Parts: sequence; C-alpha cells; structure tokens
Amino acid sequence: MSITIHLPSVLAAHAGGTRAIETGGATVGTALDQLVSRYPQLGPRLRDAHGAPYPFVTIYLNDEDVRLVGGFEAAVRDGDEVTIVPAVAGG
Amino acid sequence: MSATLTPQIDRARSLTPLPLACASCGHGAGATPDAICSNCLGPLEPVYDAARRLPTREEIAARPRSLWRYREWLPFEGDPVHALDVGWTPLVEAPRLAARLGVARLWLKLDAHSFPSLSFKDRVVTTAINAAEAFGIDVIGCASTGNLANAVAAAAARAGKPAWIFVPEDLEIGKLVATTVFAPNLVRVRGNYDDVNRLCAQVADRFGWGIVNVNLRAYYGEGSKTMAFEIAEQLGWRLPTAVVTPMAGGSLVTKLRKGFTEARDAGLVARELPRQYGAQAEGCAPIVRLADRGDDVLIPEVPSTIARSLAIGNPADGLFASRILRHSGGAGQVVSDHELVAAIRLLAETTGIFAETAGGVTMAATLKLAEQGKLRADDEVVVCLTGHGLKTVEAVQDTILDAPIIAPKIREVAALVASHAA
Repeated sequence: MSITIHLPSVLAAHAGGTRAIETGGATVGTALDQLVSRYPQLGPRLRDAHGAPYPFVTIYLNDEDVRLVGGFEAAVRDGDEVTIVPAVAGG
Repeated sequence: MSATLTPQIDRARSLTPLPLACASCGHGAGATPDAICSNCLGPLEPVYDAARRLPTREEIAARPRSLWRYREWLPFEGDPVHALDVGWTPLVEAPRLAARLGVARLWLKLDAHSFPSLSFKDRVVTTAINAAEAFGIDVIGCASTGNLANAVAAAAARAGKPAWIFVPEDLEIGKLVATTVFAPNLVRVRGNYDDVNRLCAQVADRFGWGIVNVNLRAYYGEGSKTMAFEIAEQLGWRLPTAVVTPMAGGSLVTKLRKGFTEARDAGLVARELPRQYGAQAEGCAPIVRLADRGDDVLIPEVPSTIARSLAIGNPADGLFASRILRHSGGAGQVVSDHELVAAIRLLAETTGIFAETAGGVTMAATLKLAEQGKLRADDEVVVCLTGHGLKTVEAVQDTILDAPIIAPKIREVAALVASHAA
C-alpha cells in the first residue's frame, strides 16, 4: 500500500524540503497521520485543535476535494495521490 | 490637464510594494510575491504606515479620474508603471428601479463599463500587474471564470508581458474570445473553476510566475477597495445605507468593507457603514448558505449555474465574506437561473444597462431583498454590476426571437405597425 502525498512549498519547508512523500494508510486521515508522525511540524497545519481539517489548506484525493468524498474518512487505495494546496487562492 | 484619458503620473519615484503580514497570526513577511503566511498558511495583507499623510477630499478631487486617485490606500510606495487609467466607472442613478423596489434612492455602480475589459477585474489586475513589475516578474497569469482572464489578457497585451491564463474549458464564447483576441497563452482545463484554481496554486508554486490571484493575491485584492472609495466620492462623500454585490470568491465583499472603513477612518465620510448583501446563484451558493447557517465552516459545492463568473464552489474568502454580511446587518441571497435571466431583462428594460449573468444574479437578489423587506423605504442602495452583458449573450439570446424578419418593403413595416396597434 503506497500513497503519495504532494506538499506545496510552504509545507515542504516543514518536511525537510520534500514535496512528494510516500506513506501508507487506509484512509486520507490515517495517511496524513503517518506523514505527521515523520514530520510533526505539519500536524497543526493539517488539522485544527479539534482534529478537523485546518481551514487554510485544501486537501484533494486524486482530483477530488476530500470534503466532497468523505473527508478524512475517505478510503484510499494503492497508488492514490493526496495533494495539499493552500486554501487562500483564487477568486 | 492632459488631452488624453491617460493621466500623466510623475515616474520619478520607483515603485515599491508595501510589506505584507498575516491577517490571521500577524507574522511579518516583508514585501514578497507570496500570498500565504509561511507560519500558519493564512492570507497575507499589505501593511500600511498608519502615520502616512492622507489626502483631503479637495486633493483627491484635483487628481486624474482613475483608481490611482486613492493611491494612499493602494499597496505601493512610489509611482505606478502600468494601467494608469483604470477605474472611475460610472455610478448611475436608477429612479424607475428605485420606485419598483420601494426604496428611497438606488444607484448602479457600473464596473460593467470598466476600462479596458468591461468588468471589475480591471481594478485588481491594475494593482497586480504593478506588483509584478516591481518584483521583476515578467510572466503573469491567473485562474479565472472569465472576467479575470479578459482583464489579465488585456493588461498583459498593453504592458507587453507574456500571460498564461487558465480557465474551465466550457466558458461562454464571449469570455473566451475576449481573452484569445489579446493572444495570451490561454489554457482550457477539463474541469470546473475549483479544479483550475487548484492547478494554478501548483503552477504558481512550480514556475514562479505572477499568478495574480494566487501568489500576487495580497496586492491584487487591494484594487477592489477602490470601488468603495469611488462609490463614496461619487455620492458626494457619503455612504449608501445598503450595498448589494455578487459573490464568487467573496473578496469583493471583504474589500468593499475595508474600503468603506478606510474612507471613514480617514475622515472622508462620516456616516455609518452600509449593510452589505451578497448574491449567489442557487446552483452555487456556499457563502450565502454559510451566512444563513451562521457557523464558521464553509461547505464546498459543485457548481451548477449559468452564472459562470460566480461558479466558485470553494471560495477562498467565503468565511470572511459571510461574517461581514452578518455583522454589517446585511445577509446573503440566492436566486435561480430563471430569476437571473428575468432580472437581466428587467434591468435592461428599466435602466438601459446590459449586465452579464452575475449582474442578473445581483439584480434578482436585490428584487428579492426588497420583497422580503430587507431593503426599506428609507434606504439608499447601491447595486454593483461587475461585468458587461455582451460577455454572456447566451443567457438572453432568446430575445432575438421577438424581432421579426421582413423583406425591405414599406407595406411589411406597415403591417407590423398595424399588428402592434391592434
């Protein structure tokens, strides 16, 4: 089981400069938890104090906003890509 | 006085963008072509010197009629280089519409007639392209639902800069052609605006271009404030009691509030700030629904409306806009696609003004707010029409079916006249 998580440069700075990171996990949430266990500084920038999605990032499972496909509970499969993008953009 | 519309601005002082700081955590970022706080990922905003000298009403009145007459509230030191003649769009009173709505007075702020690209996006591109110039960024670009594409393409052509513009593939033909005619690199993306926006966040990160509404966003957004200053000045330095705007990303609501507040803080206007109302189409109304719920969690939507310029399902400023709607004493209002088309026609037939679908949404929302009593008999209302109807003719093209086709014979005209009299 291999999931690739893509980070924007503003978050990659908290992950040793790495922009694409392989993790495991059965859901988006557990995949992110594995990422955070390796790079703890990412934790508060992915979840808020209540464990909900951090409001200043948008998380995509492949091409779908995870909020539209089950949030952190959305199941992931081998080869899936999770892309994190700063939320403050556009309009 | 210059003989042309383009004001002459002394370019003796080189253009320097103001430093930025995070609106959420306060972290200072300096002057930078980034819009995201490196600490908390919140939005960066320009930091103005609170002790700077501000102009009087008389000093502003003596300046050229462009948005640069409010330059002390724009995020630069020194003199702008590009787009010196953008802004100062008409504010037109509409007494027949006011009577129909049952309000004291009503004006239409016509950014639909903005120079050069017929939408309010000319304002934000003006500040963004000057920021790009100051940072030495040559390539500019955007993610757009259409109007911004037109504005970036026009500004880039005029400045001689290359542009990369990303839009949903199935935009209205008017919006596409009003971009391609300027010969930018237009890229049509299979997906909706939110897909395009995500892509452009990655593009800005990868290529270092000046994506005006991504990494230049802190400078870009400030351009919208000038609409508030213009409304105040064109009303004789007064504020209306209510303002109705369309909402896509929500930033026009927040920047109008900021502009009205700054005008009041500078002593240019004394009155209470207006109630703000925001309009969206039923098929994409995440900000209205957030304001109605009254909580702080935006629920994204998959857009489905003919009001393509408002079809942003994951609006970046949605939370901030919803708070302003509620805290100003205003509200959000949704309208159906059928209602927006009817409102485009009503607006045209009662005011002589042709607005795009977003204008139809705004006008239809204004009608519904009046019907609900949210707009009152003593209200002085400004309705912001932000894009021209020639960009979205598909919405009302059925009106041409009302026009008869005849042979060039006077008897055929006579028959038509007789049938109308009957």
